[in-house]
Amino acid sequence: MNIEERRKERVDRGIKVRTDGIYAIMSLRELSYLTMPRLVLIVGLLILPLVMPGMYWQRVISIVCIYSLLAISFDFLAHFVGLVCLGGAFFIGIGGYIAAILNTSFGFPPIFTIPISTLLGAAICTVLLLPCLPLRGVYFAIVSLMYPLLMARIIEALNILGGTDGIVGVDSFANRWIEQYFVLLMVLLSLFGMRRLVNLDIGLVFRAVKDNDQAVRASGISITFYKAIAVFIASAMGCLSGACLVHIYMWSGISQFALDFSIIPIAATVIGGAGTLVGPVLGCFILVPISELLRDFGTLRIVFYSLILVAFIVFRSEGVMVYGQRKYHQFERWVKI
Amino acid sequence: MSNQPILQVQEVTKAFGGVTAVNRVTFDIFEKEILGIIGPNGSGKTTLINCVTGFIKATSGKIFFRGKNITGRPAHKIADMGISRTFQIMRPYYSLPCYKNLVIPLFSPRAKRTGGWRGGGKLGDRDTVGIDILEEIGFERDSFVPYKMASTLPTGYLKRLELARCLALKPEIIICDEIFSGLSMSEIASMVPLIERLQMDGITLIMIEHRLRELFRVSNRIMVLNFGEKVIEGTPEEIMADEKVKEVYFGSEEVEEVMSHA
Amino acid sequence: MAILIYGIINSIALAIMALGFALVYGVSRVPNFAHGALYVVCGFVTWSLLRGLNLNYLVSIILAMIITGVIGALIYQFVLIRVRGMAISEIIASYAIGLAILEGFRWWGFKGMTYTLPVFVEGSINIGDIPVDLHRVVIVGICAAVVASLWLFTHYTRIGLALRGMAQDERAALMLGIDSDFMAVVAMAFGSMLAGLAAILLLPLGNIVVEAGYNVLILAIAVCIVGGLGSWMGAVIAAFIIGFAQILTVVYWGAHYQMVVALLAIIFTLILKPSGLFGRQKELEERV
Repeated sequence: MNIEERRKERVDRGIKVRTDGIYAIMSLRELSYLTMPRLVLIVGLLILPLVMPGMYWQRVISIVCIYSLLAISFDFLAHFVGLVCLGGAFFIGIGGYIAAILNTSFGFPPIFTIPISTLLGAAICTVLLLPCLPLRGVYFAIVSLMYPLLMARIIEALNILGGTDGIVGVDSFANRWIEQYFVLLMVLLSLFGMRRLVNLDIGLVFRAVKDNDQAVRASGISITFYKAIAVFIASAMGCLSGACLVHIYMWSGISQFALDFSIIPIAATVIGGAGTLVGPVLGCFILVPISELLRDFGTLRIVFYSLILVAFIVFRSEGVMVYGQRKYHQFERWVKI
Repeated sequence: MSNQPILQVQEVTKAFGGVTAVNRVTFDIFEKEILGIIGPNGSGKTTLINCVTGFIKATSGKIFFRGKNITGRPAHKIADMGISRTFQIMRPYYSLPCYKNLVIPLFSPRAKRTGGWRGGGKLGDRDTVGIDILEEIGFERDSFVPYKMASTLPTGYLKRLELARCLALKPEIIICDEIFSGLSMSEIASMVPLIERLQMDGITLIMIEHRLRELFRVSNRIMVLNFGEKVIEGTPEEIMADEKVKEVYFGSEEVEEVMSHA
Repeated sequence: MAILIYGIINSIALAIMALGFALVYGVSRVPNFAHGALYVVCGFVTWSLLRGLNLNYLVSIILAMIITGVIGALIYQFVLIRVRGMAISEIIASYAIGLAILEGFRWWGFKGMTYTLPVFVEGSINIGDIPVDLHRVVIVGICAAVVASLWLFTHYTRIGLALRGMAQDERAALMLGIDSDFMAVVAMAFGSMLAGLAAILLLPLGNIVVEAGYNVLILAIAVCIVGGLGSWMGAVIAAFIIGFAQILTVVYWGAHYQMVVALLAIIFTLILKPSGLFGRQKELEERV
């Protein structure tokens, strides 16, 4: 019997192997193999505001960047620390409200409100999420889900912080170029910063907490402390984007606790490629413009992303970025057994 | 060996609902000795160790380390004080390479205080210290093995990695939970010198084992547990001759063989 | 006296909301974030059957509950089974489905005062000298009956015992021949039907709005956390604690503080006794 069997084999591309380590400097072609994707990303992002037709689309880019910050923080927490944060809206809301209050009640200009609300907001979010950090992962998901819903209802019921009308009259950025480039710069800094962070020693501790927290405890490291640091970093990114959002829209209200901000980062991460930190940014670039186009359909667009999200998860798709990276670094061929 | 026991376990009891896993176990360990804990499956050995190292809260009883009461302290604090342990079900960090596995214990406050494996002075680059520790444990330095992902290594290497993880903390007591299990005879034979060298370096060891032949050769004293209670404690020769121990292991061929080779 | 009566009513309502969530989590360890969505689904289906097709009220109720149970089972069968065991994906998938359903309803137009279900019985009676809607009395009666029959079911019938077995230890249940996938589907179906029952009992007191779905989800989760995730008895008892706390808050501080009570209950539980009142996971990390 002559049964020919084949299997698919994935092999690293030659150029990938040649660029491992110092040998990458050998030729321009190999250098460009490594640097091209990053250059395209950076240059592309930086010239984006210049090529966008009209103010409406420029604002969309800013909004994309805000969602990207949230998505990076979600990816970091979920795939590098093991905490699924279902309530990104909480960070945006806290950061946004703090910035708005600092601006309207105390008169701080955006250049002060943004750093202060980032740090203060991150501290508040970390403290509020602290009780569920020593516990198993599902508690964090539940609590992070509930906080934005509860905050919206409490603000509405107690009619504090502007109630349903929100806080109006927040200053905006000096001019719209600063507005756009500031958030873009923040996205780039966060992206490359987080990629560095997860390979530092402390990043390894985070990944170990996700992998196997018993061993981390047995190594004499307090899991609660490091989870708290991770939540601080992630909520800092979220509060930063919330503060920027408030200054862009010049208004702060309950809608910041809305589910949009919770579900889009998750959908962007799953679609764009989880665990890559770039994937979520890409996912936002795909989803948010679609969301804007679908704005006429009202909340149907949330149904739309949720269903796509479920489809991606159920069919175990790896995401755009992971697929892209695989294709870029490896090729497949049929091999006879 | 000094006269003051380094670890004192007094009347430790752990009940899970209706099941008493550990029942009023009391024992002492002295510095630089190797204590072996044996007993049939389900006799509460791992539960006892979990209570001592803080992974489980004991229902009652006290544990003293160098005279300080450590009962009920959280696990990472106990590891920080110098009691480290391996896990029966091995848990390396599968997604990281081997030497990076050691970066995490080297990141702990204890390693920063004691300077990791090198001892004294600054810790330096954790990656290099990690490779050093692996070499001490028996990984060949210039081979590719330390750089492989932990998920690709066979059991023998992973057991050594567990020990390396403990060593990175410069512990005073290492508790090995069935570290010989799953290894072949030759692998065990190559680990025994390592254990003896650890003892010579001043580390106290508690070893929970089922491989009685090797354990009896290495340990200074043995304690036997059955149904959560301490049956007897003594030197390996005393244990081998005891009638109660034979009852505990009634019918087990391996024990009969060990006993007859005394 | 009024506090006692309204406290009991509120607590029973919370209990019936939370039992569905507790059932599903206890058996399959998957937090069913679509719980609130199923609540609204049942309300909507009942309304459609009643007003749209003009069926008998009782028939609509029964049909709606069955349909909700089926939808819950389908959600489990087609989505959650595939991501079983991957904690991150389970949570995200369940959340996304819940969100999709609720926002879908919101878009479809369930807002405002237009959709209501009629109460079972009109009129009110006086207990002591407090007037109480008959409907609320009926709610208490039905819920008590449901809780009692649930207890009997899980203690004396084969399927009920199988569910309890799975809730205690899935591997042991598998070894005894209990099909864990099928049981999880059954649990989800029951959980959905309980959510539907809660909808049918409680929606006549107000309108069918999407916000109710989120509120139910929040309250159910709060009750389950206080009672201990996975403990059914704990959920019932916690429902009474939170229920009375809410009523006391309404009396002494003001009706709009109710949600704050839920939030504080969760935070206090997590700080003081994280496993909840009867949480079976005494050691909150996995067993070593």
